[in-house]
Amino acid sequence: MQDTAEQINGWRGVVVFKDLFQKKRKYATLPSERHGRDMTADQADRPRREIPEGLMNKCGSCGAIQYSKELDKNLKVCPNCGYHMRLNAMERIRYLLDEDSFVEYDEDLVSEDPLGFPGYATKLEQQTLKSGLREAVVTGQGTISELPVIVAVMSFDFFTGSMGSVVGEKITRAIEAATESRLPLIIFSTSGGARMQESILSLMQMAKTSAALARFNEQGGLYISVITDPTTGGVSASFAMLGDIIIAEPGAVFGFAGRIVIEQTIRQKLPDDFQTAEFNLQHGQLDLVVHRKEMKSVLAKLLELHTVKGGD
Amino acid sequence: MAGEMPFETPLVEMRKKIDELKQFGDEKGIDFSDEITRLEERYRELEEGIYSAISPSQKMHLARNHQRPTSLDFIQLIFTDFIELHGDRLFGDDLAIVGGIAKLNDTPVTVLGQQRGKDTKDNIARFFGSPHPEGFRKALRLMQQAEKFGRPIITFIDTKGAYPGITAEERGQSEAIARNLRDMASLRVPVICVVIGEGGSGGALALGVGNRVLMLENAIYSAISPNGAASILWKDASKADQAAEAMKITAQDLLEMEVIEEIVPEPKGGAHKDYEAAAESIKSSVVRHLNELSSKTADELREERYQKFRKIGKFGVAKK
Ligand SMILES: [Zn+2]
Repeated sequence: MQDTAEQINGWRGVVVFKDLFQKKRKYATLPSERHGRDMTADQADRPRREIPEGLMNKCGSCGAIQYSKELDKNLKVCPNCGYHMRLNAMERIRYLLDEDSFVEYDEDLVSEDPLGFPGYATKLEQQTLKSGLREAVVTGQGTISELPVIVAVMSFDFFTGSMGSVVGEKITRAIEAATESRLPLIIFSTSGGARMQESILSLMQMAKTSAALARFNEQGGLYISVITDPTTGGVSASFAMLGDIIIAEPGAVFGFAGRIVIEQTIRQKLPDDFQTAEFNLQHGQLDLVVHRKEMKSVLAKLLELHTVKGGD
Repeated sequence: MAGEMPFETPLVEMRKKIDELKQFGDEKGIDFSDEITRLEERYRELEEGIYSAISPSQKMHLARNHQRPTSLDFIQLIFTDFIELHGDRLFGDDLAIVGGIAKLNDTPVTVLGQQRGKDTKDNIARFFGSPHPEGFRKALRLMQQAEKFGRPIITFIDTKGAYPGITAEERGQSEAIARNLRDMASLRVPVICVVIGEGGSGGALALGVGNRVLMLENAIYSAISPNGAASILWKDASKADQAAEAMKITAQDLLEMEVIEEIVPEPKGGAHKDYEAAAESIKSSVVRHLNELSSKTADELREERYQKFRKIGKFGVAKK
């Protein structure tokens, strides 16, 4: 499970490290995406390279190769098969919010190693090198088609988006900020579940974020949850499923228990579409499946529909 | 004795020796009372040593002991006039969660808990204590019913986790747990949760958003089972013992991290050795906490509960 030094260096070739924490972040071009649903959390965050990074990108679903620049223009949706590749939090913010509108909150919160868990401190450093992020969620304020919102955007490339104390705290603070400012809240979820290395503290973040949403909800705040691939475990069973409106990207896998755990329990193979956005839509677990290219306009429309009353 | 754990083997062997000596003496008419007194003394020392140094992985096995009292055992022993209520009014009745109305001394309360089976047949009917969405929804229905009638709520936590299955996912396992977390936070009545066995993941927490969270001395509580952690860390679920040592899952760990308010003592060797004593121990803690909470207003209860969970988490602030 340990990333080798060579792999880390490979990533550093793409991420300009010294720029990571400067005021204006440069966004890394990330290498090829792939389906993660048949991987364990630790396999999924191991880098794999088959083609030159940066310039070209290979679709993890159909294998088509594209210029990264073209793919970026297409919001990292494969033009050949429509596969929605996983996005880094900063990429999603760039694709979604109005240009230069984003102001980040709490970017200085970092994980500690509260349990003294073997290997955790080292792994945290590796995740930062890999993703260019300090933690698995970026929170802040911005506008979508000039409508102000508070957003929290999770990133699977940092520690498989697992929720530890920092993720829980940043999301709770974002919810509290939305409660205080009476702004709408949008959370983009992606997570492999609990941050095992923080054990019980990780679990309790589910209660903490949900309790904050209870207050926001009672006050009448609008919360739109957008589920992206993959969202499972503790994130799925807390704030991701508590939206007034719940949207998912096409093909996004989400559910509480992981596919492998279920297969082991029932001792049979699950159908390919199990736990996909489309499967969940059919079973009444979400409101909408929205293509990434339509996401901004759908969110803008929903925000606008909730401002008709006039507010202040 | 019943339900001996591997770490109790030295005690079992010594007890056997003492009994043999007694029997031998009786048969032959020899007086061994001095030796027996000495052996009993050594037995007590050994017992003291073993029970005061139960390791986290040994606690994990104790918490999972098949003979350990379940929610229904404690409900019968702690409360009177228990009437079990069934169903979520949406889909079905999940026997992995039991709940109803009962009296705690003279106070009507709502009690709930995940329920393991007592034997194979019972375990199959109860999905080994792993709830489906309808179980969590039944629990929330009963909690909101308690709120309506101003009854305090007492929950017992004892589950490996929510049931990982197809229909559970289809019916919204995530949503059911998430809703419980959110709506428990808003309840206007006192909520006391007691972890009595294994507190596994979101399926445990879905009954766990209380004003006070108490834990039996040998109970465990974690985000992922030690077995699950071991299979991720070392690709080997059989290294659960090793994972249990690293994960800080015991009542003592959780008290230190301020996740729980109190450790409830168990009879020597574990709750399974003396159901009545374990129940009495829980009862006195719950009654004491309930007395403290009963003077608070609904808003105070909600605020206190919010702050309890709000402050959980450890993190640092990086230099700019
Ligand atoms: Zn493709």
